[in-house]
Amino acid sequence: MAVVIYTETENGSFKKVAFEIASYGKALADQTGQKLVAVTFNQEDGSALGTYGVDEVVNVTGSFASSFSAKKYAAALAQVASEKEASLVVVSSSANSKYLAPLLAVKLSATYTSNVVALPESIEPLTLKRTCYTSKALSMVSSNQSVNIIGLSSNAFGIIETQSSPSQSSIAAEEASSSMQISAVEKVTGVITIADADIVVSGGRGLKGPENWHLIEDLAATLGAATACSKPVSDMGWRPHSEHVGQTGKPVASNLYIAIGVSGAIQHLAGINSSKVKVVINIDPEAPFFKAADYGIVGDAFEVLPALIEKLKAFKAA
Amino acid sequence: MKILVCISNVPDTTSKINFVDSNTKFDTQGVQFIINPNDEFGLTRAVWLQQKQQAEVTVLTVGDASCEPTLRKCLAIGADKAIRVDADPTDGYFVAKQIAAVCEKESYDLIIAGRESIDHNGAMVPGLVAGMLDYEYITNCISLEIENDQATAAREIDGGKEIVTSGFPLVIGAQKGLVEESDLIIPNMRGIMQARKKPLEVMAANDADASSTVVSFDKPAPKGEVKLIDAGDIDTLIDLLHNEAKVI
Repeated sequence: MAVVIYTETENGSFKKVAFEIASYGKALADQTGQKLVAVTFNQEDGSALGTYGVDEVVNVTGSFASSFSAKKYAAALAQVASEKEASLVVVSSSANSKYLAPLLAVKLSATYTSNVVALPESIEPLTLKRTCYTSKALSMVSSNQSVNIIGLSSNAFGIIETQSSPSQSSIAAEEASSSMQISAVEKVTGVITIADADIVVSGGRGLKGPENWHLIEDLAATLGAATACSKPVSDMGWRPHSEHVGQTGKPVASNLYIAIGVSGAIQHLAGINSSKVKVVINIDPEAPFFKAADYGIVGDAFEVLPALIEKLKAFKAA
Repeated sequence: MKILVCISNVPDTTSKINFVDSNTKFDTQGVQFIINPNDEFGLTRAVWLQQKQQAEVTVLTVGDASCEPTLRKCLAIGADKAIRVDADPTDGYFVAKQIAAVCEKESYDLIIAGRESIDHNGAMVPGLVAGMLDYEYITNCISLEIENDQATAAREIDGGKEIVTSGFPLVIGAQKGLVEESDLIIPNMRGIMQARKKPLEVMAANDADASSTVVSFDKPAPKGEVKLIDAGDIDTLIDLLHNEAKVI
């Protein structure tokens, strides 16, 4: 028996989310008196997971393991989970984890519960707290199956260090057949993505036009943050779709969310609700965002932003 | 080519979310129901393919008779026929089982479902259907072209996109980008009139069990008052973020 976790890597390094999954998996393993087994793909060195309480790292090798395929990765994860007689599997809320989790659920005849925000309320039956209605509500969901996959919301549990010395092994898992092929990957490099960011800086219509986005970008660069935008901004083509956050866009669960010139429509607020601390800068004191924010400045973005960037640069340098 | 588009009947995006019956049921009082936005992007793409590929587009939902206006709207947008599986959509697994059963009978080439619904946010129905039927599966799909029995699609990934090719049968998890917001079809009078005559078949559900049960709903704790900082006092904001919120 074991708790199995899918720990994602990129270019040979663990993603931050892998450490959060490991921290959660460790707490879950302690709660259920089981060992914690991490599964990696094409990652020779799994020792970094020893900082988060992992007991065993199983690295999937083989030609398919070097590039993500939901179907092939799900089949390999199912193979390891079955061998370890796992009744609990934990995955993250990354695009790839959310892609493979339902496929894995079918393979393991498991219940998949996504957007989970805490450790289980009970283990028998497994009862989990999750967000729904685009973070406007929470629900307590109890599973009817004995094998369960928990999809943990980003930043919901946090990273907790627990030293361990994981044993490491590799497995040449069977490759699932698929007619699907990746023909190209277009990925911006050197930019922090919304999914990985601790801090997100978001601009709305109050910025008046794409030519003013250097202010958002400067602020983001100063803070090491990702950039985002509201729906009207992406609809007008000022910024790419991939930056649109809100109900029909990307969800944000960062530690700090700074919204500039975003009025705070209910759909926008729903998408960013899971962020821990929200700051709003808006010229309109009646903007609904002020009701959802922790800190607010009523003021002209074009005056506040340059001052904020300058002061933050000084703060960072100090 | 036969296309199935799976539709969730969900509360409008501006709805106030409340619960009744000791917080076990969603309060539908005064709530307008709409086609789940991610499903509607998928439906619009399907209607384009219908014209380009001479495809037949069927829409399906799992729900009681109150979902029928939403299905009629799909027909008015351009779907050829509709299926309603007459059951309470208890959870994503149950819904996927119903869809998979219909697919086994009708063998669709392309199945499109929103990557997630805006009510339960399970993000599992298209993946479960693909897994159950062992079909190919692409989610977070932001473009889809079909030529000579091959689909070319783009999947949004963290920080970019991935272009993939796939054979059929294929399940797509739809989202914004597959078509633009401005591409969404507003039914005209002719479409609405035609929709009344299009077939809407009601099917009995199969006997699948749900894999989970919602015990209760809850609303997030109300937010405290916002702390307003004077626009000329940026130092205070930085101090609060550093010392009080501890986020920078």
